[in-house]
Parts: sequence; C-alpha cells; structure tokens
Amino acid sequence: MFRWILGGREAQGAVEKNTVLFIGEEQPKNSYTELQVLKGHFDIVRFLVQIDDFRFASAGDDGLVLVWNAETGERLQELRGHSQQITAMAAYGWTAGDLDHVALVTASSDRTLSLWDPETGNRVQTVSDLQSSAKCLLVLYRLDLWISGGNELCVWDRDFHLLCKTDHHSDAGITAMVELPKNCIAAAMDKEIVIYRLSESSSKSGTSISEVRRLTEHQDSIRALITVNDQAFASGSHVGELIVWDSLDWSAQAYERILWDEPRPEGQAEIRMSSQKQSEMSIQHLATDGECVVAAVGSGLYLYDVSARGVVAYRRAAHDSNILHTMLLPEGQLLSCSEDGSVRMWELQDLPLPAEPASSGFFGMWTFGRSSKQASQQVKKVPEVPGLRTLELTGDLIGHSGAVQMFVHFVDLGLVTCSADQLIIVWKNGERQSRFRSLSLFQKLEENQGL
Amino acid sequence: MIGSPDVVAFTKEDGFAEVYKDPWMIPEEFSVPLFPHSGNGNPWTKTSYAKFTKDFILISEFSEQVGPQPLLTIPDESKVCGTFDLNYFSLRIMSVDYQASCVGHPPGCGYPKLNFVEDSKVVLGDSKEGAFAYVHHLTLYDLEARGFVRPFCMAYISADERKIMQQFIELSSEFSKASECLKTGNRKAFANELENKLKDLEYTRSVLHKETELQKMSNGCFSTQAIEKANELANVEKSIYEHKDLLKQITSYPNRKINDPEFLPYESGSPVDSADLGQEPTFREFNSEDQSEDHSIKQRPSYTPQLVKAKSAKCFDKRLKTLEELCDLYFFHQTMDQLRLIEKTFRGDLCYIYTSQIDQALLKKQKITNFLFEDSEWEEEEAEQQFCDGKQTMTNNLPPASILSVEPLSLDSYTSCVETVPIKLEPETNEDRIYGRELTEFSPCDLLQDNTDEGIDAEMKGSLSSGESIEVLGTEKSFKTQGPTVNSNSVANLQPSYPEVVRKKIFTRRTYSEDSIEILSTCESIIPEDLRPSYPSAIYEEELPVESCTDAVHSQTSMLNQAPGMLDECVDESGSNLQVESTCCIGKEDHIYKGSSPELAQECCANGVMKQEPQSDDQGDPTLQADFSLDQATFSEASPAGLPLYELNPNCLSDDVSRMNCDDLSDSTSFMSASTSSDRTYSPFLYGNPITVKHKKKFGQSALRFIRQYPFAQQAVFCLLSGRTLVVLGADEGTVRKLVNALSIFVPKIGKHGEAVKQWLSSPFQLTELLNWKLIGLHRVASPAGSSMVHSLSRYSRYISVLDIDHKTLRCPPYKGSLIGKMVDHHTQIKRGSTYFMHVQSMQTQLCSKAFLYTFCHHLHLPISADEDQDAVASRRTNFLHHQLRYGEDDCRIMQFLSELIKHHYLHGSSKGGTLPVFSFNYTTSFLHKP
Repeated sequence: MFRWILGGREAQGAVEKNTVLFIGEEQPKNSYTELQVLKGHFDIVRFLVQIDDFRFASAGDDGLVLVWNAETGERLQELRGHSQQITAMAAYGWTAGDLDHVALVTASSDRTLSLWDPETGNRVQTVSDLQSSAKCLLVLYRLDLWISGGNELCVWDRDFHLLCKTDHHSDAGITAMVELPKNCIAAAMDKEIVIYRLSESSSKSGTSISEVRRLTEHQDSIRALITVNDQAFASGSHVGELIVWDSLDWSAQAYERILWDEPRPEGQAEIRMSSQKQSEMSIQHLATDGECVVAAVGSGLYLYDVSARGVVAYRRAAHDSNILHTMLLPEGQLLSCSEDGSVRMWELQDLPLPAEPASSGFFGMWTFGRSSKQASQQVKKVPEVPGLRTLELTGDLIGHSGAVQMFVHFVDLGLVTCSADQLIIVWKNGERQSRFRSLSLFQKLEENQGL
Repeated sequence: MIGSPDVVAFTKEDGFAEVYKDPWMIPEEFSVPLFPHSGNGNPWTKTSYAKFTKDFILISEFSEQVGPQPLLTIPDESKVCGTFDLNYFSLRIMSVDYQASCVGHPPGCGYPKLNFVEDSKVVLGDSKEGAFAYVHHLTLYDLEARGFVRPFCMAYISADERKIMQQFIELSSEFSKASECLKTGNRKAFANELENKLKDLEYTRSVLHKETELQKMSNGCFSTQAIEKANELANVEKSIYEHKDLLKQITSYPNRKINDPEFLPYESGSPVDSADLGQEPTFREFNSEDQSEDHSIKQRPSYTPQLVKAKSAKCFDKRLKTLEELCDLYFFHQTMDQLRLIEKTFRGDLCYIYTSQIDQALLKKQKITNFLFEDSEWEEEEAEQQFCDGKQTMTNNLPPASILSVEPLSLDSYTSCVETVPIKLEPETNEDRIYGRELTEFSPCDLLQDNTDEGIDAEMKGSLSSGESIEVLGTEKSFKTQGPTVNSNSVANLQPSYPEVVRKKIFTRRTYSEDSIEILSTCESIIPEDLRPSYPSAIYEEELPVESCTDAVHSQTSMLNQAPGMLDECVDESGSNLQVESTCCIGKEDHIYKGSSPELAQECCANGVMKQEPQSDDQGDPTLQADFSLDQATFSEASPAGLPLYELNPNCLSDDVSRMNCDDLSDSTSFMSASTSSDRTYSPFLYGNPITVKHKKKFGQSALRFIRQYPFAQQAVFCLLSGRTLVVLGADEGTVRKLVNALSIFVPKIGKHGEAVKQWLSSPFQLTELLNWKLIGLHRVASPAGSSMVHSLSRYSRYISVLDIDHKTLRCPPYKGSLIGKMVDHHTQIKRGSTYFMHVQSMQTQLCSKAFLYTFCHHLHLPISADEDQDAVASRRTNFLHHQLRYGEDDCRIMQFLSELIKHHYLHGSSKGGTLPVFSFNYTTSFLHKP
C-alpha cells in the first residue's frame, strides 16, 4: 500500500522498487538450485529449531512438532500432544556423562509446557494448567535451567520442577528474553525491559528470582530483543527504535530511530509521518553476528554496527512486505524472509560512488542520543555517515505461497524455510547435492560390485 | 472323454515303447516338406494358402450332443474367417484333446469325484487349409453335463505357422490367463449351481419325507407305494450327499490352489488390471469356504427350490448351457477381454512381433537408463520377475516330500499323478534307445537333404506324415526341454553368436500329408499341475539333488557339464535325432522331440542308446537365462541340464524358434517368461491408462506438426529435456491436450501412467505440483480466477516456461546447443508421426547412453587422488562434456538433468515412496519467442 503511494509520487521510489524487486532470473551468486518440499503441517509453520547438524524441528499453529532430517527430507518424528498452537520452541541441550543430549521444549496456547525427546518422539515431561501460556522460552545452559515467559516468568529445571516465579505482570506479558552476564535476565514487557537476577543457592530449589531494574527508554512496545555480544544487547520497538544496551550496567549505549521516509520539503515530512503506517517502521526482528545488528524494519533492512555505533547499510524496500526474519552470515551475507513469501539474499558491498547514498533520495534517518533530542539535529547526521555500504540483492528464493515465517541455515545442507502455506522447503546447493549423489552412486556401485 | 485313455497309456511304462513303433510312420525319404522354401521366394506367399484374412481366436466345444462345434470367434466378424470351415477345424482341434479329465465315478468310490484337470496346450497345423493353431483345451464344469464336464478349447489360428511355433510360450501364457479366468468364473457358477441343486434336493426330500409318512400312515409300512417312496427318498439322500461332496470339492479348489506356490491368479499382468479391485473381493469371497457360505445365504432368497424329479431327463433332450451361462458373467467378460487382448497382441507379422520382443529384451537389460524415455512396464516386470524368482526358489527349495502334503482333492487322481513322476523320467532311457536308433538310421540322408536349404528351413521340428493325417509336430514338453535358450533375455544374446552357430544347424524335414492335420505341439497333459511343485523341484534345479531326480537326468547333467567342446563333433550325428517324428497318436506326442543334447547324441552314437531329454529347465534361474548366450562355452555352462539339439539350430535361433524352447513346465514360470516378452510389447493397457509406445506413436503426429509449425519448438523441447517445466497455456482444452500429448514424447521419466504430465489444469498450481509435473496444460481463464493463475505463472516464472498457444509465443530460456537440432528439425522430411516418434526415440536413446556414460564415469565426479580438489574434478567434468562429447552449455544442462535422474533412480529405485522428489532448477533468463 505504502509502496504503491510512493511509486505514484516519487519517480525515484519507483526506480528503487524496480531494482529491488526484479533482480532478474540470472542469479549467478545464488547457489540454491535445488529444493525439497516437506509436507506435514496442517497450519502455519512458525518455528524452526535446529537440533544438530542435520536435524531440525518445526512447529506451528497446528500444535504439531515435527522432527526432520534436513539431508534427506525425511520426517523422523511426529511429536503430538499439544492441543493448540505452539507459541514457543527451544532446543534444550545438556551433557550427561560423555553424551550430549538434546531435547525440545515447547510452549503452547493450551497452557502447557512439554519436553520432548526428538530421538524417540516421546513426551518426556509436561506441565499443564499454567496460569498463562508461555510466549517465550529461554534456556540457560550454564545453569542447566530454563525459563518460560508469559504473564509471569517461571524458572524451571530440567525435570520440570518450578523453581521460582515472578508475580503476575500486566496482560501484555513477557514477549522476549535474553540472558545477561551475572545471572541476569532481560525480559521485554510491552515498552519496558525488566532486568531480573537469579540468585543461586546451594541447592537448585533454593533458586529465587528478583526484579532488579526496569529500562523505560522505549516509546512503544518492544518487538525484538537479542544479545549482541558479552557487552551488549539490543532491542527494537514497534516504532522503529533500536537501542543498544550495555549488558553489565544496563545503560543505553545507542539509540537509533529508524524512519523510512523520503526527503521532501520539511512541511510535508510531518504529514507523511503521521500517515505512515506503524508497521512500516516496526522492528520485527533483530539479528546479529556479534558486531553488527541487522534490524528488520517494516519491509526494509537496516544494518547497524554496534562498536562503531553507526549505520553500515540499509535497504528501505528490501521486500514487498514485512520482513519476518533475518540472519547475518559470514562474509557480509545477509538473509531475510518476508510476508511476501520470498527469501532474499543480500551481500554487503561497497558503494561504487559514495555520493550516491548520501543524496539518499529515499532514506531518512534520525539518530537520537536520547528521545528528548531535537529531530533536526539528527537529520543532518545521515550524509555524514562514513563508509556507508549498500546491500545488494544477490538472489531470491521463491517457492512459498504464503509468508515465510522463519528460516534455519545449515552450514552444509542449506537453508530451511517455513511458511504460512504449511510447507517447509529445504533449499540446497544443487552442485553439492549432485556431487553427493555421485558419491553415493559410486559407493552403491561398489557395494553391488558393478551394475 | 478323450483324455482318460491317453493318461493310462502314459502312466504305463510299456506304453512308451508303443509310441515309437508307430506303424503308420512313413520312411523319411518319402516325406515332403510342407512349404518348400526357395531361397528367394516371397515369404508372404504362404499366407495365400489360408482361407481367412487374418489371425483369429476360435472357441469350440466338444458338445456331448452334437460333437465338436465352433462357438465364437474373436474378432467376431464373419469376414475374419472368410471361407474357412470353422466346423471342420473345430472337429480337428477338438480331436486332439489330451486333457486327462477323468471325471465320474472312479472305481471304489461311491460318488462322483471332480478332477481338477489342467489345461492342455497343443499346436497343430492343417496344411491343406493353410491354418495353424495354438490350441488350448480346458474343461468347464456343468452339473447337467455328462460327467459334469464340458470340454472346450480356445484356439489361436493363424496362417503363419512360424508365428504359432515361435510365439508358443507367449500364447500359452496368455491363453492360460484367459483359461484361468474362465475356469474361476466357471467354478463360481458351478458352485452356485450346486447350491441351488442342493436346495432343490433338500426341498424334494422334505416333500418326499412327508409323502412317505403319508403313505405309511395310509397304506402301512410295507406297502409297495411306501417302499417306493422310501427308495426314492434314499435316492434323494444319496444325491444330496453326492452334491454336497461335489460342492465341497469345488469350493476347496481355490484354497488348495493358492497354497500352491505356482498358482498364479489369472489377473496379474492382464489388461483387467483396473478391474482387479472389483474382482478380488469376488475372488476372495469365493475362496474361503465360510464366506462362500455367506455367499449362498445371500443368494438364497433369489432362488426358489424346485421339486427334483427322480429321473433326470436324457441328455439329448435338454438344452446345454452356453459358455456364457457356464461362467460367472463378470469372469466371462474378463476372459473375453483377455482373449481380445491376445488377438490384438499377436496381430501382425511375426517379424514385427519378434523384433519388438528383442527390442524389449534388450531394453530390459538397460535397467539403469530405460526409465527415462521408455515404457516403464519393465519395472513391473522386474517386480514380477522378482516375485517369480521368489516363487521359484520356494519351489526349488521345497523337497518333493513336502509338496505331497498339499492336500489332494481326490486321492485317486493324486496318487496316480505321483506315480507319474518316476514313470515319466525313468523310462526315457528305454524309449530313447529306440528313438535314438531310429534316428541314427535316418541321419545321413537328412543331412544331405537339409544342407541344401539350411538357411531357409527354419523348422525345428521334424515331422512325420501319417496315414491318419495328424502330424504331431511338437509337444509342449518338447519345448520345455529347450528351456535355457528361450527366455527373452537370452534372445538378445543370441544374435551375436549367430554366425558361429550356423554350421551346427540341425536339419529337419517335414512330411506332407494329404490329410494334413499336424499337431505341432501339445502340452504334456498327464502331469497335473497339482504335482508341479514337486516335479519342477526335481528337474528345474540346476544342481539336482540326486535322490530327487532320476539317473537319466543326473547323468545327462553331468555329461553336459563335461562336454561343452564336443558340441561340434556331435552335432551332425545328433542332428538326425530330431527329424523323426515318431508319433501320430493322440496322447503320445509326449515323447516326440525329446530333444537330445549333442552330448547325448554322441553318447547315443557310441552306445546306440539315446536318452530322453529330461525336462530340464533353466527358467528356474533367471540369472542364468539373462547371461545365457549361444556361445558354446556359455551355452553349456548355462545349461548344464540337457540341451535339445534343435537349440543349436541356427535357424531356430535366428527365427527365434528357440524362444519356444522355454516352456512352462509350470504355468507360473512360463507365465513369467512369456508374459514378459509379450506383455511388454503389446499390451495396450486399455484400462489402466498407462502411456505406452503405441500412445506415443500416435502423439508423434502432432509432435511433428508442432515442430513444423513453431520455429521455437527446439526451445520448448530443450525445456522438457532439461527438466524445466513447460506450461502449455491455452483457452481451448482440445488443442492444449493435443499439444501436451505431442510434447509428452520428449518428457524424460514420464512415468508409467504419465505422472510427469498434467494434461489439463484449470486452477492455479503450487510449487509442490511443479515438483511432479514437467509438462502442464493450463487453462487460460478470463475470469477473476484467471488472475490467480497468472499470478502463479509469474510467481514461479523462474521454474517454468510458458508456451502460449493462443498467441503462439514461448517464454523460456534460450537454447544454443546442437543436440536438439537433430531431434527437432523444423524442416524435417519425416512425414509420418510414428516414424518421427521412432526418430525421436533413437535420439533419446543416444542421449541416454551418453548420460549413462557421463553418470558412471568415476573420474568425472570424484577425485582421482586425495589431493585433488573439487575444482579439478569439475574442470575434468566440463572438459568431458565440452570437448569429448562436444556439448555446448545448454546441452550439458540436458546431460546433467538426465544424469541426476539416473543417479536418483539408481540410488532410490523407481519406488515413489520413501524418497522425496528433488526439484532442481537454475537461474537463467527467459526470453519471449515469437514465431
């Protein structure tokens, strides 16, 4: 909708739209030339969790959890038990003896929490009749504990004993949690980030949790919360605020307000602002590689360097619709998937002409040190950004007919995407697969001792 | 019944001797070849003998009232048989029924026994009429008939003698299927009839009972009337008992048969496939006894019992049931369908049939690649083959004793069968001695005579004229003995070794007789199939357990093993063995053409003893057959069990007479081998709707039109060959379907039923459908629904090419290769669709072989040494494609696609389940092509 308005008014916008939308059918850098469609879900598939090098689990609104072999596309297990949609899923690994165990923790709208063994498909543990359904799960490997966040925050051990819990919070509840150093946990609750501290005692049952601090810098509800590295974590809000926090003293390191807007006469900008749909600036997802944070802002991508505290690159109209999930890969590669049903691959490239983005016909950004600062101050900052780079579209994956909810990247096997069209697609490197097949062909040939 | 005395003759040891002391045998020198072949004569002239225009199937009955009579012909057109005298011919074919059908009251048995007789298969020729026939005798049950049996026969009549002879196995197996179907239906009908009759009887009994009581009451116990009534009652009781017993017998039959590992229900592989669903329950219902009880209950209301008269009408007064009435209607129609299919299958010239059989045999060997462009029927066969293998092993592993535990229905018949086994094997020495002596006498002149036309005279049979005018030219058993060569697998191998074998030709000659019925072949009729499990186990096994086989077999086996090199020397002498056709007697042809192996011949020259060829059959081991070739060494290796001489006859080989060698000792084995060769080529699969060569040939015409009409046809075909889905978009369904069909001949791995092609689609398609369909006919809709279709077209545009037949445009990647140019030539001179299809097929075959080479060339895909990296391998691969195969970039794409298919197929087999389809694609720009 918005894009369409833009296209009508702004020639440049239209140009940009074209360059983004039609990468063309020639995609030499796109190595995903083979796909496998995995069918099994009956409703939107929302979550993918990697279990090990070749297995992953998928879950969605049908309450089913399926375990797959990403290599062969084989469905290994079907974990049935939840009567309503799955709201969160996490892999829970521990080491017992020399063996590494992986289990899956799932939370569902039916107000149950379950622990599954992906090997056997058994529901190992389950808790039902919670006061509220959990919306997020956080596994603390170090403490061998896990936390569920809903209207209250509960701390559990591996055997599903409730160790402690917080008081009932607002109806909004906890939407995201990250682990911080010193046994602290940051939980996003509407517009606030609450810092809790777990106090350990000699026995696990003595564990207690207490609220330490509330961070109230966000002006709107927080949509994404991630750990960047040991020193920092980041949060993004519905109105495009990206705040980088210090992990130790919980102070705001940087505050960015990302607004996709076109340069226009000052007066008009105000009008545009008001007419702009909230979702266009909402930070749907944050991802990081430890140095940079990529924010999915509406249908755009925004790459922010945490240490340099500056924008690295951005793409306002990276997709036709809201971006739901992003990922940073080594060597400046970036993946994003969107409600438009496509996955796009980006590459961070130096701008051929540094002047070009500076003119920034279609990008407006305000950087606020604090929310109280004047907008006019930050507008100037944009052209000053040194070393601004660009995100070049190197390929896209089209296959899903519904919103691509999430993806998981296997280093060797390829990319797994899940979507609202109930499908899971495994995208593979065709050449590599061909090689594998040749290899197994000659192995079989040897086994059979000839044709 | 004709059969019974024959059996007696066979089961008596001294009976064999009689066979060869044939009083009517004319000396060899008087016999005249039936069809003197002059080397350059028109091979088709002989058809002019016949009074009918094309082959047909005749069903005749030996009616107890009027004798042999023709019932129907297939095809059912009067012009088919022309002036051919069906009545006369029926008489002929019905006079050679060798079925051992002894039904009635066996001695020592108070009530009738049903004997489940196996069909007999005979080949006979009527040289005067110019008609040759494969005759399949079978017996149906009829409660009203004499002895409860009605002899029928089905005959495949052709003017081409060689067709009958060479397609014997195929014919035999196909007719067996039809017969099995008919008999099943008959048993069902017979059981029903029995049940009804029983109801009648029960009713009669109750009425009589009442009357008796009444008589007793009124006239006293010992009055004449009362005694009469009591006698009548007793008769009825007896009758009930007998009928109950019959019912038990008939209903227990299928169960017994199913226990028999060799029992193959008629339905497999036949065109009635689609009807199987309906048919199976019926069959099962019929099978289990308690269910058949239910069945009868079900039928009960529809039948009102009638009073049975004490004395039934004389047989000549009553009207006999028609064939249709004798058989359950469903099965009757199945049978007719099967017969129609047979007619269709064997239509046409022998060389055509033969060529396609060879073709298929060769094709079958290319398991790795033939799924790409060929009919996928071979897959089925493979399964079938495996199934049969399994059965065979089962059979082979079964010790004869264990078979005896199969409950015989009639102990009498059973024991007599058991006795048959040793009898059939042991006396061979005896009779062959005679046989051999006779043969050696004739040999010199035979050689002289036959050398002259060695290239042409393909007759494997010596024939012998008889005053009685029936020439038995071969028996089924004699075919059996030739087992090893005949498998269609081996046919392929025969060719290369042909020249070598020429000089080993065995000359045979035939006699001409005025009266002119020649029995070309009969089945061995005396070994009921019930016994077969044990019988083949003794004989089929390559390594025969000594105790289970006779000495003759054993010695022969070892001899053959020892003496492969002696073939040459002994051929000439042994050649003569074949020529004598010693019998003209019905029922004795069992011993005719006991092929004797060269070694044996040698032996017999030395000793004056000729051993009869045991019924060795290598069919039991398909692998043996597969590797079989006529190359001497292999020959003897592969067939340690005796080889009949005529196998060495090059003419036989070239004419594929040898095909016949493989015969069915058991129905199932022959079914396996024969049906593989015949079905493969010929069944049009009218019901199951799979895509066959015939369909494809038809599509060839429109394909030809397409490539002439559109300059971008090459691009379209490139899409199909490189695995890019081609969408044919159009508003008119007929046009779209036609074009889709036309293009389907280019689609690799189209699937048995054309799974890779969606002929007509009027809803938007999804990605999942693209995984399976490589060619889609899409309905262009103007309505809003069409917009979503356009959406899916544009959304998946990278995976598809769109051929818009309304606007005559094609949107697809460019093609710059050279491969397709030959296959799809805009200016092709080919006029006929089928020719064009052949052309395409040959190109595809070339592609396949290249793809095979590419796929299985180790160094092209894997590093030679450990320190070599993937790039080196990749460059080697590119080098191979570009420089050695001289393929351009686009051609390489085709090659790679085919190669991936081959790999996938090799790794995962053809099975659909288990492995997910992999969808490969590449990112290339499409262009819009306009005419």
